[in-house]
Amino acid sequence: MSQASSLSLALEVPQAETAAPPETVVAPQASRRTLVLSGLGATLLVAMLLAVGIGAVAISPGQVVSILAAQLGLDLPWAFKAQQELVLLGIRLPRVLLGVIVGAGLAISGALMQGLFRNPLADPGLIGVSSGAALGAALMIVLGAALPGFIASALGAFGIAVAAFVGGLLVTVIVYRISTRGRHTSVATMLLAGIALNALCGAGTGSLVLLTDDNQLRDLTFWTLGSLGGATWETLLVVGPFVLVAMAAAPRLARALNAMLLGEAEAHHLGINTQLVKRVVIALAALAVGAATAVSGLIGFVGLVVPHLVRLAIGPDHRTLLPASALLGATLLVAADLLSRVVIQPAEVPIGIITALGGAPFFLALLLQGRRRGYDFSL
Amino acid sequence: MLVADHVSVRLGRSTLLDDVSVHLAPGEVLAVVGANGAGKTTLMRLLSGEQTPTEGTVRLGETPLDQFSADDLARCRAVLPQHASLAFGFTVEEVVLLGRTPHRTRATEDDEIARAALHAAGVHHLLGRSYPTLSGGEQQRVHLARTLAQIWEAPSPPSPRYLLLDEPTASLDLAHQHAVLRTARRCAQADVGVLAVLHDLNLAAQYAHRIAVLKHGQLVAEGPPATVLTPEVIQHAFDVAVLITDHPRADCPLVVPVPEDTPSGAWSASLSSPLSNESTHA
Repeated sequence: MSQASSLSLALEVPQAETAAPPETVVAPQASRRTLVLSGLGATLLVAMLLAVGIGAVAISPGQVVSILAAQLGLDLPWAFKAQQELVLLGIRLPRVLLGVIVGAGLAISGALMQGLFRNPLADPGLIGVSSGAALGAALMIVLGAALPGFIASALGAFGIAVAAFVGGLLVTVIVYRISTRGRHTSVATMLLAGIALNALCGAGTGSLVLLTDDNQLRDLTFWTLGSLGGATWETLLVVGPFVLVAMAAAPRLARALNAMLLGEAEAHHLGINTQLVKRVVIALAALAVGAATAVSGLIGFVGLVVPHLVRLAIGPDHRTLLPASALLGATLLVAADLLSRVVIQPAEVPIGIITALGGAPFFLALLLQGRRRGYDFSL
Repeated sequence: MLVADHVSVRLGRSTLLDDVSVHLAPGEVLAVVGANGAGKTTLMRLLSGEQTPTEGTVRLGETPLDQFSADDLARCRAVLPQHASLAFGFTVEEVVLLGRTPHRTRATEDDEIARAALHAAGVHHLLGRSYPTLSGGEQQRVHLARTLAQIWEAPSPPSPRYLLLDEPTASLDLAHQHAVLRTARRCAQADVGVLAVLHDLNLAAQYAHRIAVLKHGQLVAEGPPATVLTPEVIQHAFDVAVLITDHPRADCPLVVPVPEDTPSGAWSASLSSPLSNESTHA
């Protein structure tokens, strides 16, 4: 700061106003941030360690470490059986890692959307990506058999995922185009267009149900309830990059999103290129949610509730909110998936049921609490 | 110098601003007054770069405003909005720190500036409070602190700074209305060009170096308070009959509205005598 020309010297503060400057002790933000993030990181590791160990074939945390170390050629004292190694590396680990990626992707997208819409009740589904993905998946499940053979074989096992991903992105692009005039995107129009397109997609998916046979109906129903059961190392490789891009870009958006909470005009006055921020946020959220939904079906409430929990604990600063939401979203989804596997073993409860059972009452509590606190839910 | 050069804004068939030219120089306070819908806020949006004119140009120095990046502009120009809604639970300090968004200064330096700005806006006692729990007037003053923090130091390379205030006194009590405008004057002393949209003509008379009067999107008068605030101009711009007298203590005119059913002569006699008596005793 160049002292000579700073306002501070010219702005002689009158005596009366400086009489008793209350030296409020403010918690050092940086250290609190480190504490919260490392705490959440440690919790995630514990959740992962438990989740890979619990199931029909039990693997103790020591054995987990031992198996992983063995892959690197290290010999640790915890003995394990070949069957445990197979289960861990072939089934549990990819599944838990998929939970981490999907949970982090949904939660960070939720935080981005809530920042963009300046509304703590916004959800990644608002921009149509989830309902578009559902329509895409339904089309593939019901009409996929009619595809020419060469396309079907090219898609292989990823047919439904590809259709869902494309469907989600297409609907998001339509919502974005409807709400963009010239070089300005109206966030309020986007919300309303999203509602309309969500309804249209729902009607489309519903109509397709009329054409299904029993097996297809069952597939479709389970897809809309979500599952991490399809996890393989290949799915991780396909979905991972989309979520990682969102995670890598999010910190760069944090300051801009903080300013956007004041309003678009105010953010512009603070030097933010608001149109660029809107475009990047929508693209990142659509790609991350689209990819996550494509491989795991519809998993609700993670994107809505997780950022809210984080905000209650450490405030709305996106510099902490975004990474903390990713960590907590990953932890909660790993835990929800563990529950879905063990509650009615050997069958599975769809994970969407678990997140909705936990998330919906929480959402209602937020609404009631928000009314008491006088939240402004309008745009 | 921030200059609006023959600017017009047309929206469909309605004309919001019609061939208006004003300038804002570093070191002065310019008050913009006018009836509701006269185009005050539109003019401010043009000068802040939020909106571009249909005709005419807005320049900062010699360069058209639209050639600056939002970021460059934000380092030398801060804007206090009429209403800033913020539903998220930032602390007061965090809100003021948002003013440092365009700067690349260290966090410790930003903290220092935020605290000094809170002092300057007279709200340092609110430092750790949660923003949504504040009253409307307190929120407004916190935003004033935020805009002060934004232009606290001169940009490098050195260039003039501007502060645009849209009805900064709207939700404030009498004491704080004056406190905010004193702060505006102190900014002007630090060579910041300050523009304030005001409704209270006496506040404008007391604190502004110059006053610009708008009516139906046109500039009807512009100049020092003493020359602009005449019964004729105010009658024309606001459709209100007023008397102008000298402020008993300050070197500026005092505007007194005349009740519609009172002959103006009677009022002028009964009003001016006690005031002039007092001023001679003082």
